[in-house]
Amino acid sequence: MNSLRRFFAIVRKEFRQLVRDRLTFGMIVGIPIIQLTIFGYAINTDVRHLRAAVSDDSRTDLSRELIAMVRETQVVDIIGHASGPRQLEQWIKEGRISVGIVIPYDYARRLERGEDRPAQLLVDGSDPIVGQAAVQVAGLRIPGTKALATSRATDTDERFHAAAVAATAATQQFPINPVTAFEIRLDYNPERISAVSIVPGLLGVILTMTMVLMTAVAIVRERERGTLEMLITTPVKTVELMVGKIVPYIGVGLVQMSLILFLGHLMFGVPVRGSLLHLYLAGLAFITANLTMGLLNSTFAQNQFQAMQMTFFFFLPSILLSGFMFPFDGMPVPAQWIGELLPLTHFNRMSRGILLRGATLSEIGRDLWPLAAFFCVMMTVVLLRFRKRLD
Amino acid sequence: MTDSLPSALAIEAHGLTRRFGSLTAVDRLDLAVSTGTIHGFLGPNGSGKTTTLRMFCGLLRPSAGTASVLGMDIAHKAEAIRRRIGYMTQRFSLYEDLTVLENLQFVGEVQGVPARKRREKIDELLATYRLKDRCGQRVGTLSGGEKQRLALAAALIHEPDLLFLDEPTSAVDPQNRRDFWENLFDICDRGTTILVSTHYMDEAERCHSLSILDYGQLVGSGPPREQIARLGNRVVEVETDTPREAQTALHRAAGVLSVAQLGTQLHVLVAEDAAAPVELVTRAMRDANLIGRVHPARPGLEDVFVAVTVARCKAQHKEAA
Repeated sequence: MNSLRRFFAIVRKEFRQLVRDRLTFGMIVGIPIIQLTIFGYAINTDVRHLRAAVSDDSRTDLSRELIAMVRETQVVDIIGHASGPRQLEQWIKEGRISVGIVIPYDYARRLERGEDRPAQLLVDGSDPIVGQAAVQVAGLRIPGTKALATSRATDTDERFHAAAVAATAATQQFPINPVTAFEIRLDYNPERISAVSIVPGLLGVILTMTMVLMTAVAIVRERERGTLEMLITTPVKTVELMVGKIVPYIGVGLVQMSLILFLGHLMFGVPVRGSLLHLYLAGLAFITANLTMGLLNSTFAQNQFQAMQMTFFFFLPSILLSGFMFPFDGMPVPAQWIGELLPLTHFNRMSRGILLRGATLSEIGRDLWPLAAFFCVMMTVVLLRFRKRLD
Repeated sequence: MTDSLPSALAIEAHGLTRRFGSLTAVDRLDLAVSTGTIHGFLGPNGSGKTTTLRMFCGLLRPSAGTASVLGMDIAHKAEAIRRRIGYMTQRFSLYEDLTVLENLQFVGEVQGVPARKRREKIDELLATYRLKDRCGQRVGTLSGGEKQRLALAAALIHEPDLLFLDEPTSAVDPQNRRDFWENLFDICDRGTTILVSTHYMDEAERCHSLSILDYGQLVGSGPPREQIARLGNRVVEVETDTPREAQTALHRAAGVLSVAQLGTQLHVLVAEDAAAPVELVTRAMRDANLIGRVHPARPGLEDVFVAVTVARCKAQHKEAA
């Protein structure tokens, strides 16, 4: 009886503070809107309008034809003509261009002789996306000839060569005829498709970010303001305090989830092919798991800044290893193990399954129990770690 | 009321010690606080007052020694103790974004006060501490004095047997301090034992009994009057036209512990072993070719404080040498 009274007192108090804290409230609404807009509109995997320059030593109709073809792809914008490959390299180093097109003086003769790769692309390999885009240009073919160009990374840093090398490799491995080359570009193009596949993952990403931070800050703020000293001198029990801190934010999480789904549907037409109820059940488990993570975070952090840093420590692997950014199956096995420990991995699978593939919970329920296990383990650690003392 | 209570000890400590790394914040403290009294902790900042209070509240574990609060061992019965104590922290520790009423309700609920009782108690506290018209106001907008009264009210909502107050008046003006002490005596009169820390002499002097702390050690204890009386005739006053020169001269004189200037007068405290304080000071003035009228004066609590802390300092110097 007393225990329930104390628990509800904390829930009520937390809720009041939450409603009055404009910044937090703004964060709850603002983060989904900003993230959805950025990921939906601004982030575009279809690379276009890379700045490029040409060094044309051939100066023939054939070379001008090639330049025109490259320009037509719209992958690159030719912004200047260089006096030679050296200058192109210099311009890439200075960051003025990302791609340099080198057409040698004997280009026409090479073409006549049917030589493989008569021209060369210099690509800034320090940006992997740019490297990938070079594939499109490098894969261009002049009808009746073999591959047109070979791409070469000019970045001196070895690490960044990979992308450009990959680009070359791609052209070598998958020689494509002119018709299919066109099709690849079309596949890349429609922005709406990438937003639809991103939003279900983004749902989990946004919830991870805000939920972990919310409970972490909710405890640490009390520590910072000195109210925790008052609170732990009362008969309140750790479990009442911790669960009381979680409950209001479950509501926040569900509101956020609804907001993201609504905006995702409104802005990008993200479908809900499965049951909303199943999605919310999955969401509930996921939100609670993350809130508990925030509590654990607060048992280490002494101030709000540290709480932020620790949230980031958790957030970064979540984003990178959960299959949100990179396909889960393509990751090395140890990375997959870590991924399996993260709540976001399991929620991503469920949200994609329910939203896009119309799966039911019974079909993807195997991802539900890891979330429950995560909650139980974290809560136990929190209850063991949190002491009603200052030492 | 006080008479009807058993004359047991509300707090008892033996050799209570708390170390933080290499720093000893509280050093072998012995303490006995009688039920139904106001006991003061006097000491400068960093003398271990807050650490001691926190140990009594169960917020810090002692490194050594034992203590019992309301007859319960602080090492094992922290939760049971918490139910019967009120603690007003040094730093204001209520929620600034909640209203006065919401704060009191919250603390009442967390302290386990039943609903009806809580309403009555809150009404009573709001009236007693003149907060009725501030009821719906956010606490962040209250004045220093109002915040302090609210903190006291919150600490009393579950009617504790023992009240810990950590420098409760450090943020309020003199008028509010006086009123606050009147409140404390009212609370004490109703049977609640109070342990209050302070660095104000006038407040310390009002306590029934007083412990003086310095560098974590207990350097003086007993009722303030007794502690003052123990100084006997060790305080003299010097009236002179050249107080600055006289002060410098007296500082150097053997047997003089401290010299404080009060306008044109000098307030001089002499060492415990000096036989005739007035003669000692007169001689020191004469030796320095200074003219002044020397006469015995009434010692105050500040003299007690200076006597014990300076004595400790000198003892340390001797040890080092």
